[in-house]
Amino acid sequence: MSPNLVALSYLAASVLFILALKGLSNPLSARRGNRFGIAGMVLAVLTTLAITRRVDLTLLALGAGGAIGWLVARRVQMTQMPELVAAMHSLVGLAAVLIAIAVVNNPTAFGVGDPVPVGNRVELFIGTFVGAMTFSGSVIAFGKLAGLGRLTRLFSSAPVVFRGQQVVNLTLAIAMIGLGVSFVLAPPGAQWLSFFAMTAVAFVLGVLVIIPIGGADMPVVISMLNSYSGWAASGIGFSLNNPLLIVAGSLVGSSGAILSYIMCKAMNRSFFSVILGGFGAAEGAAAATEQKSFRSGSPEDVAFLLGNAESVIIVPGYGLAVARAQHAVKEMAQKLSAKGVTVRYAIHPVAGRMPGHMNVLLAEAEVPYDQVLEMDEINGEFGGTDIAFVLGANDVVNPLAEQRGSPIYGMPILEAHKARTVVVNKRSMASGYAGIDNPLFYMDKTMMVFGDAKKVVEDIVKAIE
Amino acid sequence: MPTATVDPLVMNLMVFVLAVFVGYHVVWNVTPALHTPLMSVTNAISSVIVVGAILAAGSGRMDSGTMLGFIAVVLAAINTFGGFLVTQRMLAMFKKKEPRAKP
Repeated sequence: MSPNLVALSYLAASVLFILALKGLSNPLSARRGNRFGIAGMVLAVLTTLAITRRVDLTLLALGAGGAIGWLVARRVQMTQMPELVAAMHSLVGLAAVLIAIAVVNNPTAFGVGDPVPVGNRVELFIGTFVGAMTFSGSVIAFGKLAGLGRLTRLFSSAPVVFRGQQVVNLTLAIAMIGLGVSFVLAPPGAQWLSFFAMTAVAFVLGVLVIIPIGGADMPVVISMLNSYSGWAASGIGFSLNNPLLIVAGSLVGSSGAILSYIMCKAMNRSFFSVILGGFGAAEGAAAATEQKSFRSGSPEDVAFLLGNAESVIIVPGYGLAVARAQHAVKEMAQKLSAKGVTVRYAIHPVAGRMPGHMNVLLAEAEVPYDQVLEMDEINGEFGGTDIAFVLGANDVVNPLAEQRGSPIYGMPILEAHKARTVVVNKRSMASGYAGIDNPLFYMDKTMMVFGDAKKVVEDIVKAIE
Repeated sequence: MPTATVDPLVMNLMVFVLAVFVGYHVVWNVTPALHTPLMSVTNAISSVIVVGAILAAGSGRMDSGTMLGFIAVVLAAINTFGGFLVTQRMLAMFKKKEPRAKP
């Protein structure tokens, strides 16, 4: 295959990847978009196979990896998507590191000059350290998301902080850059020591950067690692002079960066405060001070209220997913619709453990997506709604966010408190991740229903005649 | 234009900047409801790093670099297949409203 033909088919693959992302602007075009993505990948792999010398063994490796990927994709639960995505980020990171080692080992196989020119070494350094940090950081994120905190403290979903942590991180970062410079300037043959030392430091740094970040901030972490994995691929593309890798990597990198930004904004947190970590640890204790009175009701009471309403907005939070109540909720919504009640869902951007997670969980329960509305679309509608039914959500409906001086002031919330009646299902009166009390629970028009979300909703379904 | 050869680094930088620009605009248009599929499909797309892995595996020699190449092919292929498949699985779940049965 001529180099021009190779470059042209890489160009076609790049365009197909862009179309894949473009399709996601709408659930209908998204499936076609995904097929574009697959076509781009097939084209890229076939083209590369045509110019490689070990097709047989490579096909074997592709088949082995493909079989594992296929199995995992079939088996994974939708609630486990954050873990899966974190695991997949780690694989891209590790692959980037392995490829970088192979390039340093035998640059001519990749069309890179031997000894590797300084420019390519700089790019290799960047691709390697970003890849290494993506790998170890994603492993930690996976552990935190999968709840493996019992295995080692590193996986604890609570922030892991120690004295002088930021000084240690900064020192390691400087050491890593120093070793990188020494790798770039090393004479041929003497480069391995600084290369491996640099990679090792990057692995450690990846761990240290993620451990102080608490469970509530996981949506940001996942998006950030998504971004890293893209930049790592891009960095490898630079060192191999491969435009396809550069394009695909930058698409992924910018996508992850945008998602991180959206998540930070939705949690009212600056990117740096997330990175520096320690959020959600100590603040919880100070919250529950005075005993205020609230009204509580039974599932039967709620069923009565819902049955007589004209419009209901359901506000699902992660508590709903934990209780696996999505199907019960859908059944309840169906029964209400059959009685002529308008039912809609309001989704806060951080309702799940990763961006868009709640939408997938509802879609899995066969909730039609045109009943599921984003925060900006539905916030104006609460005022004219009879009942806001908050299920397992807390901070995202806390009206304190509108009050100057409160710790969460400025956080965008779903304005459930504006509905004529508010029903809140929680397991107890405990505060949410932000560790502050929620005045919504004590309003005169609010009815609290305690208990496991699934059990409560199932009882409501039974009680709606 | 006089055609002195442009440094590959500069060419790469051009591609990079333009691609970031395209990515930025395309991703802002993604509906928030599909942010999880966006993440899984970008995961699959970043596994295009398999291209580098295949080159490493097919260097022609049989040394440690080649072995690492093969491992990298396996790792990236997990992402490729897993990423696209799980995206497809998720997208298939997004359905419009079924005709409502009014009493």
